[in-house]
Amino acid sequence: MVTSVTSMGRSGLYDWLMQRVTAVILLAYFLLVGWVLICGVDYASWKALYAQTWMRVFSLLALLSLGIHAWIGLWAVVTDYLTERLMGTTGNVLRLLAQIVCAIIMFTYVVWGIQILWGF
Amino acid sequence: MLQVSIYRYNPETDAEPYMQDVQVDTGGKDLMVLDVMELIKAQDTTFAYRRSCREGVCGSDGVNMSGKNGLACITPVSQVVRNNKLVLRPLPGLPVIRDLVVDMGMFYAQYEKVQPYLQNNTPAPAIERLQSPEDRAKLDGLYECILCACCSTSCPSFWWNPDRFIGPAGLLQAYRFLADTRDTATEERLSRLDDPFSVFRCHGIQNCVNVCPKGLNPTRAIGHIRNMLLSRAT
Repeated sequence: MVTSVTSMGRSGLYDWLMQRVTAVILLAYFLLVGWVLICGVDYASWKALYAQTWMRVFSLLALLSLGIHAWIGLWAVVTDYLTERLMGTTGNVLRLLAQIVCAIIMFTYVVWGIQILWGF
Repeated sequence: MLQVSIYRYNPETDAEPYMQDVQVDTGGKDLMVLDVMELIKAQDTTFAYRRSCREGVCGSDGVNMSGKNGLACITPVSQVVRNNKLVLRPLPGLPVIRDLVVDMGMFYAQYEKVQPYLQNNTPAPAIERLQSPEDRAKLDGLYECILCACCSTSCPSFWWNPDRFIGPAGLLQAYRFLADTRDTATEERLSRLDDPFSVFRCHGIQNCVNVCPKGLNPTRAIGHIRNMLLSRAT
């Protein structure tokens, strides 16, 4: 059992499951948005689409999924390449810094996204 | 004449590893790579590698041949030679002791973690613990592993985290005991694996399946472990 406090859910299984579930949600969302764009869209119909509660809920779900998906993926990347094994103690400092920066960026995007979705 | 490029490193005399080119007369025959290594050793006795049974059973001579891990004793030169040149390197990712000899310590440490032995605390029967042919069949494709380390040392996840990711060889053995109906420690075994590294560093790229000299499928075993974890936790 390897301890980890910065992974998404502290459990490998939880992270693995969330990565898959969020991927399916993101696929469905981007297929929908892609389909709407292909069918042709103007400002009025785009605004009308996003004025509906179901679309806002779906968008928020997709936004949160993106945050979770990105966190799990980037966490795996930094724990692969920014490690004590590869670069000594510097690796630990860089890894934690990278994780904090990623977390702040994703948090910012989520809050900003909520503001955009519900702010107009 | 066959051109062979071999990885040389003697920590007592060399500051760093280097590649040495040698010519080997194979007599026009398609020898096994181990035979070529023996011919090189006849020319230069300082060349070091591990070997034992020379028939793919002991797993001692796992090496990287022209970029692909495998057992030198059962790999014909024709299979790995490119433009009449054979490149021999030690298994990637493990510390080199000398030439093609690597320190397998990290590999064995991961193997030890999965407690690769039958655990059953119920009173032992008079003769033996019986298994139905169907239950015994579940161990096929798992018990044949010879721990040559070709799979784990071809796995990038193991290269980056050999101290935390158990690796394909260890996980294949973990599943071998999870799948064994005579083993009663399933719950304890699964509890020890549910962290973000031990099992879940596997991203399913199947390098392990690609190189296994025994034709085993660690990725499938890892999938089974994941399903067992999922079934008990949802």
